[in-house]
Amino acid sequence: MNWFKYSSPQTFYPLAGRMVPLFFALAALFAIPGLYIGFFVAPTDAQQGESYRIIFIHVPAAWMSMFIYVVMAFWAGVGLAFNTRLSSMMASALAPTGALMTFIALWTGSLWGKPTWGTWWVWDARLTAELILLFLYFGFMALQAAIDDPRRADKAGAVLALVGVINIPIITFSVQWWNTLHQGASVSLTRSPTMAATMLTGMLVMALAFWMYSIAASLLRARSIILERERNADWVREWREAAP
Amino acid sequence: MNWGSLAAFIAMGGYGTYVWGSFGVTVLLIAIEVLLLVARHRAARRQL
Repeated sequence: MNWFKYSSPQTFYPLAGRMVPLFFALAALFAIPGLYIGFFVAPTDAQQGESYRIIFIHVPAAWMSMFIYVVMAFWAGVGLAFNTRLSSMMASALAPTGALMTFIALWTGSLWGKPTWGTWWVWDARLTAELILLFLYFGFMALQAAIDDPRRADKAGAVLALVGVINIPIITFSVQWWNTLHQGASVSLTRSPTMAATMLTGMLVMALAFWMYSIAASLLRARSIILERERNADWVREWREAAP
Repeated sequence: MNWGSLAAFIAMGGYGTYVWGSFGVTVLLIAIEVLLLVARHRAARRQL
């Protein structure tokens, strides 16, 4: 298989067009059982009562907020290093969805913090680092929007995105490095999870739903960006004449 | 099954504001993003 076949906007555009509905369908396919498990199968928490059910969106959104950032920085870096325009377009396409996931993580965290900690917000390491992540996404988008030449905007954005990657391990390890109000990890690769099996299942299924949604949304945005930027390219003209 | 009635489901054991505030805003924001994405793609195709 030729992995570079889809590395040009021209070949990627129709491929993404086929993938968008597929990943939206997968997102729904995971969200339905995820929500069912979250509300009807997972038991009431012994300490937090029903308020803990926020976990079924809080943790998936927080995971995606960090994961999307790493993927965004990766594609921005590839675009910077190899001057491939589709990579940079993909980085731009990921940023708004990453910012949305970050906002959802902060919003749901705030609504979870009030009943469990007694406060909407606290300047602890985990929360502050996640807020910085939101500002990194905003900074990336604002910087790109402020530069007229798309290729220069790609390069400037890539530098910002790559420098900002340092924030991701800070978010991940913040609960170990500092004494935070935010709890430590309940799920890790080295220990068995410290939560009920049905709660964990619901959370992981919802994480898959958020993941599939993020892919669908980013690919759809990438399609728009391709058309907006390649408006004057030959392939767009030919494609438009063939299928108006 | 956790809930005896619809009212109990909505009340969420007294945490309804927080739980539905989380799920509601998330669903709303995702719906808005999808609408914006579809509108942007339509506009991009129209302006070719």
